[in-house]
Amino acid sequence: MNALPLTIYVSFVGALLALAAGTRSHGAARWIALLTALTSFALTLLAASSFAPSPGLQTIIDLPWIAELGIRYHLGADGISLTLLVLTGLAATVGVLFSWNIEHRVGEFFALYLTLIGGVFGVFLSADAFTMFVFYEIAIVPKYFLIANWGSPATREHAAMKLVLYSFAGSALVLAGLLWANAAAVAQGSVSSFSLNDLAAAATHFSRGEQIGLFALVFTGFAVLAGMFPFHTWAPTGHVAAPTAASMLLAGVVMKLGAYGCLRVAMPLFPVGLAFWQPTIAALAIIGIFYAGFIALVQDDFKFVIGYSSVSHMGFVLLGLAAANATAVAGAVLQMFSHGVIAGLLFAVVGRMVYERTHTRQLADLRQLPLHRLLPFAALTFVLAGLASMGMPGFSGFPAELTILVGVWKTSPAWALFAGGGILVAAAFTLRAIQVSFFGSTPLSRVAASASESTHAGSLHHYEPITLAEKVGTALLLAATVYIGLKPDVLLDWITPALQSPLMQAALKGGSL
Amino acid sequence: MVPEAALVMGALFVLTFDLAFGRRRTLERRLYLAVINGTAAVVAAMYGAFSSGLADSVFGGVLILDELTMATRLGVLVLAWITLTLAGSTARFSHPAEFVAIVLFATAGFTLMAAAQQLLVAFVALELASLSLYILAGFDKSKPESAEAALKYFLFGGMSAAFLLFGFSLIYGLTGSIELHEISAHLAGHPPTPLLSVALVMVLVAFGFKAAAAPFHLWAPDVYEGAPVSSAALIASASKLAGLTLFVRLLWPGFGPGAGNVSTAAGAPGWLAIVACLSAASLLLGNFAALAQSNLRRLLAYSAIAHAGVMLLGVIAAGDAGNGPLFYYVFTYGIATVGAFGVIAVIERTTPCQRITDLAGLYRRSPLLTGCLAIYILSLAGMPPLAGFFGKFIVFAAALKLGGLAGPAGWLAILAIFLSAVALYYYLVILKQALVVAPAAAISGDTVTNRITVPADAAIVLVFAALILVVLGLSPSLVLRIF
Repeated sequence: MNALPLTIYVSFVGALLALAAGTRSHGAARWIALLTALTSFALTLLAASSFAPSPGLQTIIDLPWIAELGIRYHLGADGISLTLLVLTGLAATVGVLFSWNIEHRVGEFFALYLTLIGGVFGVFLSADAFTMFVFYEIAIVPKYFLIANWGSPATREHAAMKLVLYSFAGSALVLAGLLWANAAAVAQGSVSSFSLNDLAAAATHFSRGEQIGLFALVFTGFAVLAGMFPFHTWAPTGHVAAPTAASMLLAGVVMKLGAYGCLRVAMPLFPVGLAFWQPTIAALAIIGIFYAGFIALVQDDFKFVIGYSSVSHMGFVLLGLAAANATAVAGAVLQMFSHGVIAGLLFAVVGRMVYERTHTRQLADLRQLPLHRLLPFAALTFVLAGLASMGMPGFSGFPAELTILVGVWKTSPAWALFAGGGILVAAAFTLRAIQVSFFGSTPLSRVAASASESTHAGSLHHYEPITLAEKVGTALLLAATVYIGLKPDVLLDWITPALQSPLMQAALKGGSL
Repeated sequence: MVPEAALVMGALFVLTFDLAFGRRRTLERRLYLAVINGTAAVVAAMYGAFSSGLADSVFGGVLILDELTMATRLGVLVLAWITLTLAGSTARFSHPAEFVAIVLFATAGFTLMAAAQQLLVAFVALELASLSLYILAGFDKSKPESAEAALKYFLFGGMSAAFLLFGFSLIYGLTGSIELHEISAHLAGHPPTPLLSVALVMVLVAFGFKAAAAPFHLWAPDVYEGAPVSSAALIASASKLAGLTLFVRLLWPGFGPGAGNVSTAAGAPGWLAIVACLSAASLLLGNFAALAQSNLRRLLAYSAIAHAGVMLLGVIAAGDAGNGPLFYYVFTYGIATVGAFGVIAVIERTTPCQRITDLAGLYRRSPLLTGCLAIYILSLAGMPPLAGFFGKFIVFAAALKLGGLAGPAGWLAILAIFLSAVALYYYLVILKQALVVAPAAAISGDTVTNRITVPADAAIVLVFAALILVVLGLSPSLVLRIF
């Protein structure tokens, strides 16, 4: 537990080392990145093995930082953070494995990548709103360069800028909200502080109008990053343009930063605001589930299908948060973990295994290729990941979405019915993607004939085999989704006690309609 | 007065030394020697500023030595030192010793501005600095743009000085004193008159010019673009810091009773309302006009105008929160700006650097410059953990504490927060060229001349400036504790 902050520092140091090593040897930079990611993953697992669930954040470090404003460098963790920390460690490790083939400016790639990871670890560990905000912003800039430098050439500059401006605009809303809350707290005579506990205590005295306004600012700010409709458009564009590892991280982990911020900051601090906005958030979440799902259904670009599916699945997370009862929120956290793993898998298949070999993401082109024979491993992985994504029992998506729906039903059966329909849409677009991309209807003989004149002629039978790094990465992610699918209690036993803390209880009470 | 004496004597020594020993040496050598002498003067002045201690009134109340004076003097001297060192390794002038001497004179003006608490001394200090800066702006006699910059700067500056002097004379007529605390006492005892408003408006016109706040910003883009790089760096950084200190001292301790109120929607009339308008105009104009720039230096100028908006917000908040936030903001802004100009100066040794696209491929041409530039620009953009972020944070926090969202001060803070998202766009455009785009075809061909060699002394100050931004960003209390 006490070693958890090391994940942050190890990542930043690893970033510097990778940058230094990259100028001499690409291999060294890769291995440094892998070791760094593995170390932080091991640290999270180590902390998980000795974790004793308890309500409230267990403080790890609490040092005065900027005394003039009462800002403290306060790190802590509870079951919710731990779940997401493990996810981050896992995603970081797998992401390195899937970017083993990067050849261009390797040191810089991994330096930015590890900086992003370090920022993410920091957010999940923060117990002070200022500290959290600093880490949150540290994670923003690397995203721009990861996409703009190593993304797919056609759209990367536009997509990178769009993604970063959305994130930054979101964080501007959060900053405005935090500063306003701080000013309002001081105006009441509290001592200036950005600690979540102190802010929450001060916020109980805020007027209803202030609570509503503050909640709207902070929640919207974080929800932009969580891909809430109608602020989701950065997500598909950005994820599609990003290099594979960045897509995996962005969809798998960074979107969770937003949801985590909503849960950790907006909801406990401003429960009155939550109660006011609850129906709106639920409505937007449900619209997001369907809207993104329907768009995913008609995409021509394989990666866009996955990009929109992320938005749709994050809709479930937001719906779970909006329902604001212990079951639904626990389900939402579980879904964050589950989607983090599954989105990683899906992007790995599409971006790395398929695109890097076929050099096309157009479903129409992929349909011409008998991919299930040419890349059986990719096909198998995608089918399994697709099943997990649809919410098949045995994979982590099932307990997560089920818990969310059960919880949502307690708050409002109507929401649950709508959202249940969303699962059907998810099944539809996933099955379509599996069918069209890997099991194209054209018989092989015709493909071979037509392929000889098509642009893919030369490459048809020369796809490089799936590398060991890819296999290991896939195995790790699949193991995680199956393990949690079979034993969701492992995570729920961490998450549920965390929801008993006074702060979370305040949020859940505020949100009981 | 030790710092001023050291600087003026240093300037005279630089001139004499060059006259006596510089004749037969090359220009480069003469510049180098002049910079060494100048640096010695700056270091002596730093020591003087550091050891002068605190005193409420010096020379019969003409000067004040408080925390703000000390911090500003040291800040200005650090900025002048960075500028001098960069000039030493990058500038090519036909009169190197004169350049260094004038930089020292300007710096003496800045340190005097930091301490002035009497209208006449304030004016004289301001003019000493301004006249030197006009010359510095036009120092490159080989370039017509430099002459244009100097002329434009001079005309605007002369006009604003006239306004300031007129304002001062009206205030003297109203209150019968040129001492700040007597003015303040008089204003507190008498109801505001229309004449006072006229006087305050005139003072604020000069302030707007000095801070490059809209609508008095028109000189900034041309001066940033046309002036020699090191002159532009000094104008953009040290001059701003000294100017802000001078005016915040005039406004709060001097004309404080005429401040009015902008923390509630109804408010009360006073100069705060004008400052708030200038701030809003600068924020909007600076940020949106910067979006359209293709010239790197003009972009920096418009970003400076946007930053001036935040500085004015800091001035508004200084009444309650003290000078700490404002000083922190302006100083760290100055460091980042000097650094950015320094990078431009070093690049210009090999290839011209006017358009943003001239930065293309910098990551291959010089990783050191790229890293430093990234730190400066991200600090200007307000990215943690760099100092620029915390500067914004603490200014906005102070402004919001004036009255929450109940009045213009709070609204301005929120406006500035949202506009920082706009600002990130143009800062990323710069960094995109430096870090992402491949070198232009014309330079990419030959890899030997392609690389930029960074002179050792320039490298040291650039890294030093970057370190300041990181250290102060991680531990802002180092500065805030002073106040």
